[in-house]
Amino acid sequence: MTIGSLPSRYRISIDPVRCMECERCIENCPYGVFRRDGDRILVNSRNCTACHRCIACCPRDAISLEEHPCDYRSHPIWTREAREAIYNQARTGRIILAGMGNALDYPVIFDRLVLDACQVTNPSLDPLREPIELRTHIGKKLAKLDLRRRENGDIELRTALTPNLRVETPIMIGHMSYGAISLNAQMAMARAAKETGTFMGTGEGGLHSALYPYQDRMIVQVASGRFGVNIDYLERGAAIEIKIGQGAKPGIGGHLPGEKVCEEVSRTRMIPLGSDAISPAPHHDIYSIEDLAQLVRALKEATEWKKPVFVKIAAVHNVAAIAAGIARSPADAVVIDGFRGGTGAAPRVFRDHVGIPIEAAVASVDKKLRDQGIRNEVSVIASGGIRGSADVAKTIALGADAVYIGTAALVAMGCRVCGNCYRGLCPWGIATQRPDLVQRLNPDAASEQVANLIRAWTLELAELLGAAGINSIESLRGNRDRLRGYMLDESLMQVLDVRQVGA
Amino acid sequence: MAKQVAIDGKGVHYTPLNQQIRKAVADGADEIVISNILGQRFIGDGLRGNVTIQLYGVPGGDLAMFMSGPTIIVHGNAEHAPGNTMDAGKVVIHGNAGDAVAHSMRGGKVFVRGDIGYRGGIHMKQYEDHYPILVVGGTAQAYLGESLAGGLLLVLGLNGPVQAREIGSGIHGGEIIIRGDVDDACLATGATKVPLTEEDRMRIAPVIREFADDFGLDPEPLTGAKYTRIVPASARPFVGKYTWE
Repeated sequence: MTIGSLPSRYRISIDPVRCMECERCIENCPYGVFRRDGDRILVNSRNCTACHRCIACCPRDAISLEEHPCDYRSHPIWTREAREAIYNQARTGRIILAGMGNALDYPVIFDRLVLDACQVTNPSLDPLREPIELRTHIGKKLAKLDLRRRENGDIELRTALTPNLRVETPIMIGHMSYGAISLNAQMAMARAAKETGTFMGTGEGGLHSALYPYQDRMIVQVASGRFGVNIDYLERGAAIEIKIGQGAKPGIGGHLPGEKVCEEVSRTRMIPLGSDAISPAPHHDIYSIEDLAQLVRALKEATEWKKPVFVKIAAVHNVAAIAAGIARSPADAVVIDGFRGGTGAAPRVFRDHVGIPIEAAVASVDKKLRDQGIRNEVSVIASGGIRGSADVAKTIALGADAVYIGTAALVAMGCRVCGNCYRGLCPWGIATQRPDLVQRLNPDAASEQVANLIRAWTLELAELLGAAGINSIESLRGNRDRLRGYMLDESLMQVLDVRQVGA
Repeated sequence: MAKQVAIDGKGVHYTPLNQQIRKAVADGADEIVISNILGQRFIGDGLRGNVTIQLYGVPGGDLAMFMSGPTIIVHGNAEHAPGNTMDAGKVVIHGNAGDAVAHSMRGGKVFVRGDIGYRGGIHMKQYEDHYPILVVGGTAQAYLGESLAGGLLLVLGLNGPVQAREIGSGIHGGEIIIRGDVDDACLATGATKVPLTEEDRMRIAPVIREFADDFGLDPEPLTGAKYTRIVPASARPFVGKYTWE
């Protein structure tokens, strides 16, 4: 024996007094933790992923879960994660795949920023009595309009307008593809988007016909694999998004393993059943910022300049300069995905180490665009680690027009952030294509939960705005005066363009 | 009687040009003849229908991008990526074409009489009755059939032997068939040579005949010639690269 068996990550225990042997845990656990042996239910904790499905369905609260029941010798550098990654790679010689967002303990800038409220000298607003405008428009805002008076007195608008998306709340749902997640999960979010007047992304998985009723609320994605992309798809979407990069894995492509390419996924992506769907790292027709502008134009030309086109990039070191390049193309919005962005599967080394936080990226993009006088040329949509309405408010104050949520929407449908999405066995019916698991997610109930989440955050945003004496989301945008840095260093506050608390 | 529409492309920006094309198609044109084309990109972008478009001149990049149905015949050379993400239809080019010809094409045919640039047929893919075919009369540059996921990429080498390097880099589906011998050193990792069977020959013969017919060539010396067939060494190049956390 060289490495031997490692300590179990979780320990599941069943309280024999409370357990009534109903076997719901056995039925619900797709990882095979539970089995019946005579008149007992036996547990194999090694299979556990802490998805909590068993705990959620146990009628007697008989199940308990403990993380890291067996410690290593504690060490500040040689953490459990560092040691276990080495054991894994020493055995396999392979790249470690991981799910969900960045799992390293970086400081969260959001939690070092505080919001403002009115006291005495300027009155706060009461959202119950006074309208707080949360509607916003995503797209180009023209620098000037050419208006002429006709001889008969009518006013003629001579400037050609560009299409905008009208969003009733600055909270949109980001791109999670059919294939990475189930159709029921997409259906639930699409209904929620329609109900709350917002939009959701398709991801690079095509648009399943079941989602056609919601197509005016869908942003269709064009990524490097061009899966599911044809003229029909482009015309169905409310907007088109070119995916250049993703916060969870900047600089690399995507790879949907053939096991997840079931018949419906195959039809929607337009690839053969069971074949690997490989999205290359670059778009093969984009090797420069000029090429990107050409793809933007190609998409607009194909759809007769009726659809807004977004460009999504991962937040990396030069994000501001890249965004400024995008703003000079006909693109209508730039989406910036921070290094905490989620994913179904990404190499762990990328997920945890590549990219920069969304807070700094949004602030520097907004500043660069304003410095160059082109902030009106694109909307800025921020994503990657938005956990609540406070994060939304802070992101907008740092310069974003709207946010995309991803993980938060999945959590609203039951996801416990166990991070095993890449295994395709999601017990909540979200990140899986196995029919028995998918049917566990009721799209009606789940859509109500996602809609509730968006409504709740929207209500909170209205309260935050009212308390700050602001009656419109437009007035919060880039309003750094409503933010203060708490325990942030001076150089970071310069990047964020915020002042110290007390200042 | 077939309805023909003539458009003078001289100095016309691609957007009004495409608007004229769309209007002609909507009005029931069977054939559109466009003269004086000089570098306009995106001609036929997202176009549907059964129309045939005769282009005289040199169109710009992304000709027939996202196109679904029409036939475009180019009497001249073409720029980069004709047939980009095309779904159905046909592009016939009586000249040479640039890089990334038929990029991500899912269906339809692109026939180039002359040579093509780098990365020809990159990431073409197939699905059910969607089966993309790229035929090159002349030769191709490096990274021919890169990331190929499906369809047929046929290079006839009419202007001399094909000496592209890194053929089939990242290929995981489809096939690359090249007339004559291909040196092993020209194949990229992940691509492998297999003998062309009689069945394969029967399968490509109609494609060769159609190509020869379009360009007024004698198909017989081509259908009976020696070919090298290049396919993926593995349909799953990424298996074995990853381990779970």
